[in-house]
Amino acid sequence: MSESTWQLLLDSLWPLIHGAITGTIPLALSSFAIGLVLALGLALMRLSRRRWLSSIAQVYISIVRGTPLLVQLFVIFYGLPSLGIVIDPWPSAIVAFSINVGGYAAEVIRAAILSVPKGQWEAAYMIGMSHRRALTRIILPQAARVSVPPLSNTFISLVKDTSLASLILVTELFREAQQVAAFSQQFMALYLEAALLYWVICLVLSSGQGALEKRLDRYVAH
Amino acid sequence: MSPTDQPTDQPADQPTPALLTVRGLQKSFGANQVLQSIDLTVARGQVLALIGPSGSGKTTVLRCLNGLEIADGGTIEIIGADDATHAPVTIDFAAAHGSRSGVPKKTLGTLRDRSAMVFQHYNLFPHKTVLENVMEGPVVVQRRPRAEVEAEALALLERVGLSEKRDSYPFELSGGQQQRVGIVRALALRPTVLLFDEPTSALDPELVGDVLRLIKELAAEGWTMVIVTHELEFAREVASEVAFVDGGTIVEHGDPKEMLRNPQHERTRQFLHRLLFPF
Repeated sequence: MSESTWQLLLDSLWPLIHGAITGTIPLALSSFAIGLVLALGLALMRLSRRRWLSSIAQVYISIVRGTPLLVQLFVIFYGLPSLGIVIDPWPSAIVAFSINVGGYAAEVIRAAILSVPKGQWEAAYMIGMSHRRALTRIILPQAARVSVPPLSNTFISLVKDTSLASLILVTELFREAQQVAAFSQQFMALYLEAALLYWVICLVLSSGQGALEKRLDRYVAH
Repeated sequence: MSPTDQPTDQPADQPTPALLTVRGLQKSFGANQVLQSIDLTVARGQVLALIGPSGSGKTTVLRCLNGLEIADGGTIEIIGADDATHAPVTIDFAAAHGSRSGVPKKTLGTLRDRSAMVFQHYNLFPHKTVLENVMEGPVVVQRRPRAEVEAEALALLERVGLSEKRDSYPFELSGGQQQRVGIVRALALRPTVLLFDEPTSALDPELVGDVLRLIKELAAEGWTMVIVTHELEFAREVASEVAFVDGGTIVEHGDPKEMLRNPQHERTRQFLHRLLFPF
């Protein structure tokens, strides 16, 4: 690589990092937070004894998991305006990613709740707890531990998937890279630089996952 | 610590009032009728041992007493620990049609409030320390003052020899220790009646003694208990009455020493024989 390429990589480093800090990371965090709330609701609906509630959640999850994220993103950003609903790029991206995370994480949370032994529910009822209190104080904390590894995977996938938001004009890490690349015609260098930055972010997240798992594992036998 | 004292002004010829009365209790799981019709009464301070083959329904009886199963028919009446303030509560299961939602929440709550269960597999909360396990019910559900509950919980742990384990998590304890915490957790709820579901069945043989000894001490202190057990020797020594359950009915019941030595029914005889001479 020529010296000018190195210089370009160095010069573009800040715009890319800036894109990550102001685009990729807040987009991933907010979508994940909203998606998790959605997922918990969906998981509880799935587990409900009321058939219709469970069915609604099941259909939702099936649609989200059975259609490409890019298509969901395009439906919201490019499709809805034809129905008179115009949403800006940022909110569109957050809505699409939240809906998507909701679908995937719902199944994770449902499985985690089901993995808590029945005896835990019974002990909670025995000490006089209501269903809701048993869920929040006894079952969910135990389910949380079980769901950390799969939910971390969901989050890491989401961080990478936010690059799709560049296609609906959200300025984030990858869109910054595209712009510098188009301007300088150094596609290989810029896209590899973007890839490297995503990788670094995911490495940091993975180590965070490890620390969190360790913390949550303090009350189980090793 | 100990339940309300025995009323001393009771005339000698009058029987102690029943604290727990079960009439015609029925329960089916699908097509399988587990309880045909169970009648039993437990007086204050009495220890009732339920024995019988597995699948006989004895555990289901116990679970109905704690509202973990909702019976299809029959009634359960339970009196509060102090009958001046705790009027008897009766649940009529026929009216509830075997559905949890059919039983008024408050009534079910009272039943759970007045009974506390010790589980075969302890079922301690793994994400809470020993002390938190004991305090959870009194503080979170019964809304008693934390300081008072903590003092009581520590005293209870002290008496079962586990005060130095107060900040340990259940996985750090042996089975016997976990079960003693399970018993303390039940005691801390200040129930009227203690329910034990095969409390030593999951324990290694050398750990059984500690748990049985503790239950025996509680019996001597006057706690009212219903115990599902396979430990005949223990039932003989601790129980004031033993009931043999088979096929969803109480086949016979009576004084443990008398009944275990000289059972009246053929089925009881066969069961006792199988336990005494397993091979």
